[in-house]
Amino acid sequence: MTADAAITAHELTRRFGGFTAVDRITFDVRAGEVFGFLGANGAGKTTAIRMLTGLLAPSSGRATVAGYDIAREAERIKRRIGYMSQRFSLYEDLTVRENIRLYGGIYGLSDRDIDDRTTRLLARLGLEHAAGQFVRAIPLGWRQKLAFSVALLHQPRVVFLDEPTSGVDPITRRQFWELIYEAAAAGTTVLVTTHYMDEAEYCDRISIMVAGRIAALGTPAELKRSFTVSSIDDLFVRLARET
Amino acid sequence: MNAAPTAAVVADTLDKRFGATQALGGVSFSVEAGELFGFVGPDGGGKTTLFRILATLMLPTAGSARVLGADVVRDLWSLRPRIGYMPGRFSLYPDLSVVENLQFFAAVFGTTIAAARAQIAPIYSQLEPFNDRRAGALSGGMKQKLALCCALVHRPEILLLDEPTTGVDAVSRREFWDLLGDLKRSGITILVSTPYMDEATRCDRVALMQRGQLLATDTPQRIAASFDRPLLAVHAADRYRALLALREWPRTRAVYPFGESLHYVDARAAARPEAIAPEVAAFLTGRGFTDVHVSTATPTVEDAFIARMGAPDGAHRA
Repeated sequence: MTADAAITAHELTRRFGGFTAVDRITFDVRAGEVFGFLGANGAGKTTAIRMLTGLLAPSSGRATVAGYDIAREAERIKRRIGYMSQRFSLYEDLTVRENIRLYGGIYGLSDRDIDDRTTRLLARLGLEHAAGQFVRAIPLGWRQKLAFSVALLHQPRVVFLDEPTSGVDPITRRQFWELIYEAAAAGTTVLVTTHYMDEAEYCDRISIMVAGRIAALGTPAELKRSFTVSSIDDLFVRLARET
Repeated sequence: MNAAPTAAVVADTLDKRFGATQALGGVSFSVEAGELFGFVGPDGGGKTTLFRILATLMLPTAGSARVLGADVVRDLWSLRPRIGYMPGRFSLYPDLSVVENLQFFAAVFGTTIAAARAQIAPIYSQLEPFNDRRAGALSGGMKQKLALCCALVHRPEILLLDEPTTGVDAVSRREFWDLLGDLKRSGITILVSTPYMDEATRCDRVALMQRGQLLATDTPQRIAASFDRPLLAVHAADRYRALLALREWPRTRAVYPFGESLHYVDARAAARPEAIAPEVAAFLTGRGFTDVHVSTATPTVEDAFIARMGAPDGAHRA
């Protein structure tokens, strides 16, 4: 484990009764890295993310996020991470500005900070004109970009993105990835899940979980070389079928 | 619209409004009997609304559609049993077992699993080992297979599958498309929608759909080939910075991440890609990028979609 690791997991395990959902996974994510966390449905990704975000205690093993232990310091972790998913991120019955204000308040930002960051965020996304609109009334692509920016509002060291681009059009999907690159270039660590296998290629490194274990870990280029496959899609299918 | 006599579906300027929102704006197309036909596009494009109208579950605001020769509004009751519809949202009974769900859907249409055996065999053989498992406890991929089986159990003549692979992992998605290929060989007509552009190649023909309109309707090969500008695949050590650098170059029409490379579209429409590749490489090398490699690229359906869609759904205001 290196000093600048944003996430470290060592033999991290979670059992539910007799079922081992996450089985001794070990990996590090460097600060500022874009890390793709891949796996088939039911492979254990969600359970692992729930442990890393301090929502679920591990059965055994250790992990740290932003320097804090996930078992003993879960509350500190929650303040220092951002989270967004396709399923839930913003309140549809609040306006764009109200959503930003709500999340700023939850993370304990001062009124002045919230005002400053709201202005900057709206300008960056070109959403000034939509500040007073209900979130349900703005297009999905905007919503997802807004949700990502809101997840970064309190300047977390690590942000978890769970299928952030699901169902988004191909141009907006790529604009979303540019926001990810921009955040990573500014030092934010990004852990992202996706079912779009081309997006796996956009990550600095990826892991592929199969049946609770990490079956592959490395840069997309390294993995394609060492497994002699032409795409991450092919590797994904091959690993999943071996079980 | 003049449709061939073998058309399984004919839609003529279908419109659907919800208050001020236009979900479908004049959608026309026809699907031949026995075709595997895909509607490809992002959420909010009108795919679900279209499928609900074709499945006789929703009235169009204007325009008309015929499925298997029957009008989706007037002939609702005679048409409904001839359609197998799989909604986008998981709509089986989670507290019933696999076999109970199948029995239920068979009974609703006045038939039995045994009577449908031949038609559902390729799918049911994969589900049968889990006959007694609650549907709610199945994996995402198995849930979709069960839903497909339930849509087939009354032996319909056409299948309408609304986003059956959304949120399903890449392996289960491949298996699901393999099953659709098997079903197609049995002669059934299949309409399927998907947000995944790469799945377009599994269809005989596709319609690209965005904001309630069809952008193009053709074979996936011809749609990909309709991309008529010079396209290059660009590799460089620092991909994100290379993307930003190319975007400032006056010769760039578009540049965007595409799998392991960047796709670069040149503004000079008539130029030969082979001739442009060294120029792009020289530009990046001159800007200090290392490991630069530029080659010609074959356009995909996704490139064609990007070129045709104009402003994205999440566009900044112009």
